[in-house]
Amino acid sequence: MKTLKIEELSKNFGTTEVLRKINLEIDEGNFLVLLGPSGCGKSTLLNIIAGLETINEGNVFIDDYNVSKVEPKDRNIAMVFQSYALYPSMNVKENMVFGLKQAKTSKEKIEEQLEKVSKFLQVDQLLERKPSQLSGGQRQRVAIGRALVREPRIFLFDEPLSNLDAKLRVEMRREIKKLHQQLKTTVVYVTHDQTEAMSLGTRIAIMNHGVIQQNDTPENIYNKPSNTFVADFIGSPSMNLIKGTLKETSGKIFFTASGSNFEIPIKDYEFKDKSSLNNKEIFFGLRPEHIYFKKSNESDFEVNLRADLSEYIGHEQIMTFDYANQEILAKFPSTIKIELAKETKLYFDLTQTSLFDAQTEERI
Amino acid sequence: MQDSLKSSSYQQLEKKSKYTNMFLRWFLYFILILFASYFIFPLYVMVVTSLKTMEEIRQGTLLSWPSGLNLESWAVAWGGRGYGAGDTFLRPYFWNSIKMVVPAVFFSTFIGAMTGYVLTKWRFKGDQWVFLFLLFGCFIPFQAILLPMARTLGVLGISNSVVGLVLVHTVYGIPFTTLFFRNYYVSVPTELVKAARIDGAGFFKIFFKILLPISAPIIVVTVIWQFTQIWNDFLFGSTFSFGEAAPIQVALNNMVLSSTSVKEYNVDMASAIIAGIPTLIVYVLAGKYFIRGLTSGAVKG
Repeated sequence: MKTLKIEELSKNFGTTEVLRKINLEIDEGNFLVLLGPSGCGKSTLLNIIAGLETINEGNVFIDDYNVSKVEPKDRNIAMVFQSYALYPSMNVKENMVFGLKQAKTSKEKIEEQLEKVSKFLQVDQLLERKPSQLSGGQRQRVAIGRALVREPRIFLFDEPLSNLDAKLRVEMRREIKKLHQQLKTTVVYVTHDQTEAMSLGTRIAIMNHGVIQQNDTPENIYNKPSNTFVADFIGSPSMNLIKGTLKETSGKIFFTASGSNFEIPIKDYEFKDKSSLNNKEIFFGLRPEHIYFKKSNESDFEVNLRADLSEYIGHEQIMTFDYANQEILAKFPSTIKIELAKETKLYFDLTQTSLFDAQTEERI
Repeated sequence: MQDSLKSSSYQQLEKKSKYTNMFLRWFLYFILILFASYFIFPLYVMVVTSLKTMEEIRQGTLLSWPSGLNLESWAVAWGGRGYGAGDTFLRPYFWNSIKMVVPAVFFSTFIGAMTGYVLTKWRFKGDQWVFLFLLFGCFIPFQAILLPMARTLGVLGISNSVVGLVLVHTVYGIPFTTLFFRNYYVSVPTELVKAARIDGAGFFKIFFKILLPISAPIIVVTVIWQFTQIWNDFLFGSTFSFGEAAPIQVALNNMVLSSTSVKEYNVDMASAIIAGIPTLIVYVLAGKYFIRGLTSGAVKG
């Protein structure tokens, strides 16, 4: 039984296609993050799961029960919004129990739930206050509390941390993580922040233009991006994508960047399809953090590159190098001194490469 | 040496700017007082005249102070002289106006709130067109709807009645009230409605429990606007009612214009003030509650 299953789901607003043939499954207790740039359809998908948006095609199942036409209140879900959406005229207590009252829950049960949740979230001192008298973090807590008291099957979070300042955001992120660890409820969480996605999710679904690009564990998303979009979207600075061709000679495969004769051997790479690799136009992907200043593995590949630009950001520095007239970035500790406009010896970690077809932009 | 020179020239400059500032300030007060008296002057004449006897009016000047607190003309304006035919006084018409203005303000405000709520939080296909046409209603001149409205009231059998006037004012007020509420609710985050829907609240519950409690500022604005419009209306009142069903403004007109004998300026002035007092009261009372930003903070940090 899947806690949530989405099947061939499509959604248009007029002639604009927002979601195209989405398929998604979540097991009980998982934390799924929908990640993507603004306008990719992730919030629409969340609203559809909540039942706040209608579906053009496809179905949504919660616990194997088709809820596609079921009212939001009957879906056994709870949602936390970006703006918290606390009812301004009600105090914290009324906000938290509003849903239970609507559901005609017994008074004792309401009191019991309220006490449990407000203690748990440490808002039991604030019950009589109005939302306008709370700080950002407190409002966030109350909004989560309002979701918690209903004991839903699935929690939906719509960018809940975007309104908080940087420091509080990190704090609340940890609290949400703790919350999930303790309660083990299934969560669907929408964000455009990759750090949030990586640190919170047990699974991440990266979306772009209404299509899920990759749905995988955070490790796989980072290490084995399934296409150039994911490779580019995850990581800061994003993955270097060097354009060039593959050459296959006597069973060995080499990569040559366009406009250079320099060959990088491709060993131990798990190709999806080993046939017709010769002369294939590809992007050679390597993350900035996998370019080293000192050789650290036996398989590291030595290159000499000219440094063009240095960006100092405290604990580290981002250097721009010229690789056959293509810019590539590398990340080093800021203690290393590198001279600009001079050739520097660097090491590529070839165990961390990703190769993409230049035409389809898919991983090969 | 140089320092002292500098500081003395600064002192001079300071002194100079002090005099300039003082002059400008007095000039400002002068202008303000001038304008204030310009606006207060008619009111002064009205109040003073209403407190004079006819004798004083004939002998004294327009601006002269009344000999005493003579409230007789107020009593006459309100309750008449007590003899039969031909005696027009404001009391019954005042109540007509109250009976007209209270339901008309209530219904037009309520309906405007509802339509504003639907147009912003329950969007439907073509809602922009509906809003556009409603907006159109704001620009239709009163005179243009007189004939069709008279016919409608006739068909409904409520012409020359307070009920008819309530209907006219409610219908004519809806475009304005809708505009007010729509613009207010646009700034209320739709996420509130979404959250309430997930919590299991329906269309009316969301309206009454979530939106209406935070609408106080716009309700006050709408009530002030509608009350002023309806209370001060003369055209609809004089067209769709006559005789006993007339609202106060029509009665005031009849009283002042149709007196056959000597013009009783003191009674006329008292009547005009009486007819204007309720709007003043609404401004004074409601203006206090005209506080913006009741929702602020509830949504964002």
